[in-house]
Amino acid sequence: MNASFPGYRGTDDYVVSDDLRNVVDVAVALSRPLLVKGEPGTGKTLLAVSIARALGLRLIIWNIKSTTKAQEGLYVYDTVQRLYDSQFGDRDVSDIKQYIKLGKLGEAFISDAPVVLLIDEIDKADIEFPNDLLWELDAMSFYIPETRETIEAKHRPIVIITSNAEKELPDAFLRRCVFHYIEFPGPEMMATIVRVHFPDLEENLLQEALKAFYWLRELPGLQKKPSTSELLDWVQALVIGGLRPERITAEMPFLGVLLKKNQDFPVVERYRNTAGRVSQLRR
Amino acid sequence: MFTDFFYLLRAEGVPVSITEWMTLMEALSQGLDRSSLTNFYYLARSLLVKSEAYYDKYDVAFTWYFGRIETPDEITEQAMRWVENALPPLNLTPEERERLAQRLEKLDLDELRRRFEERLKEQNEEHHGGSHWIGTGGTSPFGHSGYHPSGLRLGGESHSRSAVKVAAERRYQGYRDDLTLGVRQFEVALKRLRRLSTRYDAPRDVLDLEETIKETCDNAGRLKLVFIRPRKNTLKLFLLMDVGGSMTPYSRLCSQLFTAVHRTTHFKDIRFYYFHNCVYDHLYLDPTCHPRQSEATTHVLQNLDTEYRLIIVGDASMAPSELTAPGGIIWWGMVNEEPGLVWLQRLRQRFPYSVWLNPIPAEQWDNMYGHQTLNAIRQVFPMYELTLEGITRSTGSLLNKR
Repeated sequence: MNASFPGYRGTDDYVVSDDLRNVVDVAVALSRPLLVKGEPGTGKTLLAVSIARALGLRLIIWNIKSTTKAQEGLYVYDTVQRLYDSQFGDRDVSDIKQYIKLGKLGEAFISDAPVVLLIDEIDKADIEFPNDLLWELDAMSFYIPETRETIEAKHRPIVIITSNAEKELPDAFLRRCVFHYIEFPGPEMMATIVRVHFPDLEENLLQEALKAFYWLRELPGLQKKPSTSELLDWVQALVIGGLRPERITAEMPFLGVLLKKNQDFPVVERYRNTAGRVSQLRR
Repeated sequence: MFTDFFYLLRAEGVPVSITEWMTLMEALSQGLDRSSLTNFYYLARSLLVKSEAYYDKYDVAFTWYFGRIETPDEITEQAMRWVENALPPLNLTPEERERLAQRLEKLDLDELRRRFEERLKEQNEEHHGGSHWIGTGGTSPFGHSGYHPSGLRLGGESHSRSAVKVAAERRYQGYRDDLTLGVRQFEVALKRLRRLSTRYDAPRDVLDLEETIKETCDNAGRLKLVFIRPRKNTLKLFLLMDVGGSMTPYSRLCSQLFTAVHRTTHFKDIRFYYFHNCVYDHLYLDPTCHPRQSEATTHVLQNLDTEYRLIIVGDASMAPSELTAPGGIIWWGMVNEEPGLVWLQRLRQRFPYSVWLNPIPAEQWDNMYGHQTLNAIRQVFPMYELTLEGITRSTGSLLNKR
């Protein structure tokens, strides 16, 4: 696979760092799940979207919630429908197959073309959840006892798994994954990212916004640090607000876009008052 | 190959398993490192290290192991000029590769390095397509766009930073889990207390609707009820915090833990009490430790059942008399009839699930002010550092009786 695999280079709407790009290639070549961790807003979920776009593959998203069970990803046996049909329906209830509904993982397995499967926020689910999927992700197949069928992957899907580190993942599961931690982007990388979303942005405005943004992130005692998506929203607000760039660091307008916790506003106020203008505080 | 590196990683404390190591070998045999140390750095990290908490340890091991083989800058600059005007890359079929691999001798790193330095001394111009000199498109071990089973890639595909430099920067120091941490991480650490705390002796008294339906259908429509245990967390926490005096430098850390415990909603009950230096007849309800806001320790002990998990946070360092002598209490005008140590033992007896978290790093425990009292208290309570790793390990003692 690695000889023919074109290699992932990011997409026009998603900026990817060298190391992450390498890791994606490795995961694809070894056909192992890629586990991505990182601060909220570092684009973990978007990575899968971008990979699918770059390689021209279909993306199947399996959103994990606290109640999600591993079984649901494989298949669901709709016994209630069958019971209903047996009493009132006109379908042949002895054909169990029609009551087996494949989950997202099953869907990815039976797809005729290779797909990208995103298992989003795996840490939301029960602590045993990843363990329950070990075999299925390893062998890329599972057995349906009701119909005595084995669903096997026609093409091994590219599996991207994201985690917010709400819970520790079991070791046995981790051993089978390729792991990458997405670091929070530095100012240069961030400038590139913002430019991707706002190609016509004034350079001046961008620099001032970044300056204020990183100053804010470095404040000790913030409950929730603003992340990339908040910065993008803020830049949008600044553009619409039509503020002059030099006023950004001095006044920090639309702070509510960046800060989401009530307790954080006084913190910022305090540092602004004691230190004067933001621009003077920069190293 | 690099087996020493494997053991070095383990010695550094990175939990690498054989499975993962074999995966790396598989990746290397597929050529996924593309014969570059930088790629190897990321490749090995993505396969061997499964938590950002270990990135720093990995960096340390990597620098130590591969730091030696980095080519010095001044030599490569000259050699880089020789490989600038490259021949087109050598495209070989796998069979050709195989044949070449057999013909060309494999070199170990020391040999490679020796020969490289030799060439650098002898060579004074560009050479391409050959098998001896530093150049491109050939089968010499040195250069790029060519092929050699154990060669050294020079130039070619550009990488702004070398792997060893990336590793040496140690950018992931902040993620080490044996360092102190923030509220959010504390919360995650405390969540571990839930994992093992499903009450095994609880009655099965909750109807599992889904299973009931399934079983009923399997039972040809005749009702079959399925009951399960409630998934509620029954864990109760009793937090005792040392305040003031020698704890002042750690107040930020302690308040982070406090916030985290407060925010963690999954405990059935949380009790906070404060003390100064050591526990005596009274426990205080607020950090000021005013006698008016206090409760008798015996009263607290009676009211909290043994199922409460006791976490004591303190530096455990004080004057020996405060711990061992009657009347050793530090407050002027107050007298304790029993020494502090007796009170601590009493606490331990009442709460078999208990730990002491110490903000002082463990490596200083044996040679700091107050190490006598610290070690005496360690005899009573299992003591852990107030770090992510410490809290994680302490959950073991909080969930299993020792």
